[in-house]
Amino acid sequence: MRGGRRLPLSSIGVVPFFAYIAVFLLLPTAIILGGSLVAPDGTISLANFAGIAKPYMAKSFANSILISAVSAVVGAFAGALLAYAVVTGKPNGILRRSVMSAAGVVAQFGGVTLAFAFIATLGTVGFVYVFLQERGIDIYANGVWLYDQTGLTLIYLYFQIPLMVVVFIPALDGIRPQWREATESLGGGTWHYWRYVAGPLLFPSFLGCTLLLFANSFSAYATAAALITQGGVLVPLQIQALLTSETGSSSPGFAKALALAMIVIVLVVMTLYTLLQRRTAQWLR
Amino acid sequence: MKLGSLTRRLGLAAVAFLVVAACGSSPSNATASCSESTAKTANAATACGGMDALVAAAKAEGKLNVIALPPDWANYGAIISAFSAKYNITVNSINPNGSSQDEVNAFDGTSRAPDVVDVGQAVALANTAKFTPYKVATWSDIPTGAKESTGLWFNDYGGYMGIGYDSTKVPAITSVSDLLGSAFKSKVALSGDPTKSNQGLNGVIMASVANGGSLDDVSKGVDFFKQLKQKGNYVPVVGTPATVKSGQTPVLFEWDYLSASHGKDVSSWKIFVPTNAIIGGYYSQAINKDAPHPAAARLWEEYLYSDEGQNLWLKGGARPVRQAAMTTSGKVDAAAAAALPSVPGTPQVPTGDQTSKASQYVVANWSQAVS
Repeated sequence: MRGGRRLPLSSIGVVPFFAYIAVFLLLPTAIILGGSLVAPDGTISLANFAGIAKPYMAKSFANSILISAVSAVVGAFAGALLAYAVVTGKPNGILRRSVMSAAGVVAQFGGVTLAFAFIATLGTVGFVYVFLQERGIDIYANGVWLYDQTGLTLIYLYFQIPLMVVVFIPALDGIRPQWREATESLGGGTWHYWRYVAGPLLFPSFLGCTLLLFANSFSAYATAAALITQGGVLVPLQIQALLTSETGSSSPGFAKALALAMIVIVLVVMTLYTLLQRRTAQWLR
Repeated sequence: MKLGSLTRRLGLAAVAFLVVAACGSSPSNATASCSESTAKTANAATACGGMDALVAAAKAEGKLNVIALPPDWANYGAIISAFSAKYNITVNSINPNGSSQDEVNAFDGTSRAPDVVDVGQAVALANTAKFTPYKVATWSDIPTGAKESTGLWFNDYGGYMGIGYDSTKVPAITSVSDLLGSAFKSKVALSGDPTKSNQGLNGVIMASVANGGSLDDVSKGVDFFKQLKQKGNYVPVVGTPATVKSGQTPVLFEWDYLSASHGKDVSSWKIFVPTNAIIGGYYSQAINKDAPHPAAARLWEEYLYSDEGQNLWLKGGARPVRQAAMTTSGKVDAAAAAALPSVPGTPQVPTGDQTSKASQYVVANWSQAVS
């Protein structure tokens, strides 16, 4: 057999994976693409995409991108610092084990339960809010920001920071203590080490992880839907409104055009992520 | 039928399944019968061989699919139970918190599709091609303007947009502009997202009319909520019985018949209907033209428009469309009618066209105003 064509036995194993991808990723994308080309009058056109330029829709895209960017950048920095603190501790110490398992769980905590957790603590009848209010501190003196972009960003950080810890620790683990020793033996200080050794090594990974966080919050829907029940502040909420409007503003084709625009944005972000990961991978094995 | 609506008690309404002991299964009327194909196109009970034949055919089908009917919305829980018990028909109630648009979206041609819908006017007008005409026995009692002439849709019940409030948390409301006061900080909410919910939109229309706008000009309402937001009084949470009970939405724009039901959770709950902006709204019944249970669908309509069905709505605080006729005939539940909030003034009801224009304006301007 050697040198000849291999029987594709080994590829049979990935058939379920590709079948899964086809049914749950490619097929829906194709449906969205097809649906987005059907104008409200039933003809095939690009009319739906023109709607994206409407000021209120453009604002939703701007909001979505802003919330995702802020929560990704803040989450990346906070998560990276936490990850660094963990990595510099004992490899099998209690700190590392507890932080890792907590981060693994919390990074997946989202949706209605997460929104509810915040409403129950920081909402207008939440116990933290009431506790502070009784002591003369009104965190909502200028309006209830919990249900705004501010609140949503705060809530997203709840899963962004731990996700950063989970995805960034492998990169930090790849940094060998010997490199630091080598820097020092060559007369370099902490600044030199971070500027010329660890920084350039970690930067692609850090940037890649930030992009991952961006995509993570950009595509989040349930948390926002449960928290912000009024006004399509974000694109996913606009899509929801277009699909369920009972006041004559329902437009499935337009909704699919928005979804396609989101897919394109995520696709760009994830492509960059993959390129950065490839670059990181050559060092961290 | 209504977004962000009432309780989340999905389980309670998932399947209302009642079996009566006296289930005389043999169709009593042997002379007239109503086959499935006849039932599918019958535009009145007479076209199906009369009420007895319709009842027999519906019993033979044994099932009815309804959608977006929260049990505490206009007394639907009791109505479903009573219908189910009376005719020994299993009522499958799906997605109780869905919107009117969700209702027609669920017309998928399968045996699970809704047989009948209860939808807002905009959705009724936009989807007539999916409905089949039917005239209930009491058709003539429904005012001409409240039905499509062939029976594609017909109004069922309605009410007026009011502002419900917990009188222990805020001072008594005497005008809509009171809500801009500092006593209402973080307290005022709508019961639906006005960009997509009929009820939410009518709340904004009401605020507009009360602030110098009109049914044709909803911009004053959007401005009003913008001011509420700037003063920190607006809570961007869709009000539900749960948020009222927990105190998150102590002041809530809502249909008066739904607002009245909060009294059982919050005993100090009161309803204010502004005399200068009485906005009425009716929902409509329609039958799916591909109803999987065509006879049961028609029987359900007959039941809803019978004196019994109309009085059940009335008990839920909604104003049934035959109320005027039943008051004349003396069949109306006088106690339930007396319990309705009094409405001093002339109600205005937005037309489908006005609703649609208001919706377009709100969709384009709402998120900038309140975020």
